[in-house]
Amino acid sequence: MFDKTLAELASGLENGDFSSVELTQAYLDRIHAEDSKYNSYITVTDEIALSQAKAADEARAAGTAGPFTGLPVAQKDIFCTDGVRTSCASKMLDNFIAPYNATVVDKFNNAGAVMLGKTNMDEFAMGSSNESSFYGPSRNPWNTNCVPGGSSGGSAAAVAARLAPAATGTDTGGSIRQPAALCGITGLKPTYGRVSRFGMIAFASSLDQGGPMARTAEDAALMLNVMAGFDPRDSTSMQQAVPDFTADLTLPLKGLTIGLPKEYFPDDLSPAIALQVQNAVKEYEALGAAVKEVSLPNTALAIPAYYIIAPAEASSNLSRFDGVRYGYRCDEPVNLEDLYKRSRGEGFGPEVQRRIMVGTYALSEGFYDAYYKKAQQIRRLIKQDFVSVLNEVDVIMGPTTPHPAFKLGEKSSDPIAMYMEDIFTIALNLAGLPGMSVPCGQTNGLPVGLQIIGNYFAEQKLLNVAHQFQLATDWHKQTPDGI
Amino acid sequence: MALDRTDVEKIAHLARLQIDEQDIPQYTETLSDILDLVNQMQAVDTTNIEPMANSLDAVQRLRADVVTETNSRDKLQGVAPAVEAGLFQVPKVIE
Amino acid sequence: MQWEAVIGLEIHAQLSTKSKIFSGASTAFGAEPNTQACAVDLALPGTLPVFNEEALRNAVKFGLAIDAEIGRTSVFDRKNYFYPDLPKGYQTSQLFHPIVGVGHVDITQDDGTTKRVGVTRAHLEEDAGKSLHDEFPGMTGIDLNRAGTPLLEIVSEPDIRSAKEAVAYARNIHSLVTSLGICDGNMAEGSFRCDCNVSIRPKGQEEFGTRTETKNINSFRFIERAIIGEIERQIDVIEDGGRIVQETRLYDANKNETRSMRSKEEANDYRYFPCPDLLPIVIDEEYIEAVRATLPELPDARKARFIEQHSLSNYDAMVLSADRNLAEYFETVATACTDAKLAANWVMGELSKLLNQNDTAIADSPVSADQLGGLLVRIKDDTISGKIAKQVFEVMWSDGGSADEIIDAKGLKQVTDTGAIEGIVDEVIANADKQVAQYQAAEPDKRGKMLGFFMGQVMKASGGKANPGAVTSILKQKLDALCD
Repeated sequence: MFDKTLAELASGLENGDFSSVELTQAYLDRIHAEDSKYNSYITVTDEIALSQAKAADEARAAGTAGPFTGLPVAQKDIFCTDGVRTSCASKMLDNFIAPYNATVVDKFNNAGAVMLGKTNMDEFAMGSSNESSFYGPSRNPWNTNCVPGGSSGGSAAAVAARLAPAATGTDTGGSIRQPAALCGITGLKPTYGRVSRFGMIAFASSLDQGGPMARTAEDAALMLNVMAGFDPRDSTSMQQAVPDFTADLTLPLKGLTIGLPKEYFPDDLSPAIALQVQNAVKEYEALGAAVKEVSLPNTALAIPAYYIIAPAEASSNLSRFDGVRYGYRCDEPVNLEDLYKRSRGEGFGPEVQRRIMVGTYALSEGFYDAYYKKAQQIRRLIKQDFVSVLNEVDVIMGPTTPHPAFKLGEKSSDPIAMYMEDIFTIALNLAGLPGMSVPCGQTNGLPVGLQIIGNYFAEQKLLNVAHQFQLATDWHKQTPDGI
Repeated sequence: MALDRTDVEKIAHLARLQIDEQDIPQYTETLSDILDLVNQMQAVDTTNIEPMANSLDAVQRLRADVVTETNSRDKLQGVAPAVEAGLFQVPKVIE
Repeated sequence: MQWEAVIGLEIHAQLSTKSKIFSGASTAFGAEPNTQACAVDLALPGTLPVFNEEALRNAVKFGLAIDAEIGRTSVFDRKNYFYPDLPKGYQTSQLFHPIVGVGHVDITQDDGTTKRVGVTRAHLEEDAGKSLHDEFPGMTGIDLNRAGTPLLEIVSEPDIRSAKEAVAYARNIHSLVTSLGICDGNMAEGSFRCDCNVSIRPKGQEEFGTRTETKNINSFRFIERAIIGEIERQIDVIEDGGRIVQETRLYDANKNETRSMRSKEEANDYRYFPCPDLLPIVIDEEYIEAVRATLPELPDARKARFIEQHSLSNYDAMVLSADRNLAEYFETVATACTDAKLAANWVMGELSKLLNQNDTAIADSPVSADQLGGLLVRIKDDTISGKIAKQVFEVMWSDGGSADEIIDAKGLKQVTDTGAIEGIVDEVIANADKQVAQYQAAEPDKRGKMLGFFMGQVMKASGGKANPGAVTSILKQKLDALCD
């Protein structure tokens, strides 16, 4: 049962092979038995899951079940869930029981989904290794000495370890795609504005985007069918028609043009990664695609621009955590300043504080033009690079990450080295484009991810391209040892 | 670009973060490293490039002026650290 | 030395929208603490703002009314600072691209001349909550009901040179925003608040002196007093060899002085940047013209019309045109009684007196314009005298009812029956030998002035109901007959 994809589980439920309660209970039992190895969940919501499963079975009996009814998923602990702790993996929100649902959570509830629990992550989504979580790092199921990536590391680990058939993630600079690559699963960051950010605790508002993390492109499409759509409560949500994302999965790829940016294959790229990605491209050629070398000349500027924009927005977004209305409050504050400084100093971890300080500095008097405005200008250059390449090709491909999963602690003392892990993913967030990571090989027993980038709102195309690859290969079917 | 201790203390104060004295050298170093990284931007000429705040260059949608919220004080204050008579409590502010 | 004050005002007008600028919570005043602060207003994690279209329309109306450039693209910025009444840790405001650009208003000075005061800009922002300092020992209580109420911050050029001009400017803006219907103008409830930037310089000097900002003044009288006090303080400091410190000050109405707000003295660095949760507001010509078409008559135009159409004096026209409700009330009364001057006197006299005494707004007047109009009709047609009318008006104020009902019920109808009046006159003359003798002894051209005594007696005897015109002519005729 744990090897089944969402699509397979959906037909199992439909055919009456098992009930949602049985399926849910099996997953809950497995989480309780196995998750101590991976620490992929912060909170497991047994009671809610079982009552939702029961309701789903009743809906099915009543003939009102939809395509997602009764399917279990895990929510990244960045999405607010009414009545359930929503911690963002921070001490700051360790005691925060959200009094409302994120739009994404409402959508899963309305679709009849079952929530297994809330997954681990880097604190406030700031990190690429899951090591900044207040609840301890999640571990990579392929090698528990390695990180699962981040920030949606718990979601990736849970799916890879078969502790959830699928999970939600959020991606500000690669936080869906990088952990998907490192854990050998399929992750999709939609176009900015495709999925509502309401109730998704903000890291960097202009970059954050929620998306699916699943075993296959088909499952990601099923998830996106639930998640996508205009939300009047989010000013940055786009009034874009939502297609059935599964509709084009089976289209053949003949005539597809793939662009390979030379900047995505630098000299210092891990040779093993380069090889796996090149093999994947050959597979696409075999499927009828044409390949073209292209250039994204401003790629190297993406990380510098990102590390102004994201911390600047974060420094302001995280000001609301002040110990006044919710969240952590220090003991016995002697005055208001003490309340603020100790609640925030004790409630936030070091990486979060570091980024708040970078952002505060970048926005402080006299620096706005040199930093924030400059970064926003570079953002436009980066977007223009993509727009002109996507005029010539259908999709852009390259490695998702420069390295496979690294060891816990290996980069945690060197923030810059950690930031460089996002070199191939970050530019997409700046441009607002959709991107996917699909498993395309392994090196030393660790998965390698292929990144596929498409045009604005071209998620259907991306999913089609990924699905066809998964019909032809079985990298996405690999299971970590012992699972 | 090197920050000094005073810069870090000033930033931490602006951001209302209590940082331990012993952590200041490390913050000073990593923040300086990060600034070196971001300063790579300065090498590029961006004259006449319009800053991009939103990747789709979308414009603000307007909400009809309708009251849609009802009083949910009890629920919303259920997660508050200190409430008295419906008011959030903070240490006395002197004006 | 001769000193000159340089004054600029920042006025915060709460826009009278039903819901908040970025959330669907109510803006109604006076609710129980935090019952109108929703998840967005409390800045719960994950919540997002969506902009209220009515706030935009109100701001554009104001811009058009002061003949300002309207920002075709305006942008919300975040002003970052920590304060317990500011839930997000930033105020959403507009720094770089405000909705309203440079405009102007004309104020009338004491000598009747007008002076143009520049408006630098007007921008949209959200109000903060309220801090209550006195209810709990050692603690401050925070009420966020007001947080997120839309504000239009109207910033003047430093064109103002005296406290009087400042008040005239503030009154002009007040009259404008209430006439436009975009602000209720209720200063006691904080709907209209003023920050005064004041500096002084030797007369004739170009360069500005160091300014202070006195915050949150909520009455015209306090604006005047605070500015006068601040100018005097600055002159004293400088003449004593001191220097003015750029700072924020607070006006204490009880002591009638401004004092430094040291708690806010810390160097502020607001780290403004465009709010990434909101997108640029883009409006086109069509939108602006559609808003323009909805503009009501503005105070200046109305004043000119009142002078032209109703032949009012400049002063009467200014008073009656300043407030939209008052202006509409006056015009209804004037139309009903067909005598604008009479209507103006009553509205500015008896009505305003009772409104002031009872601290009642014109909109809440217990006597409607139709009622007052009906009363004035009865003065015009001689049914009652002006004096009786005041009695009727007082009854109307306290008990309601139309003029005719009250006149009937109280038997106040004026006596115009000559026979009845003659009877009273005869009686008065018969009982006033001394005064009659004096009348007879007086020079004929002085006799007119002596009628007053007899008038008073007749009116008294008739209970005030005798028609004064008829009484005068009968008295004159009968007394003059005695002189021959």
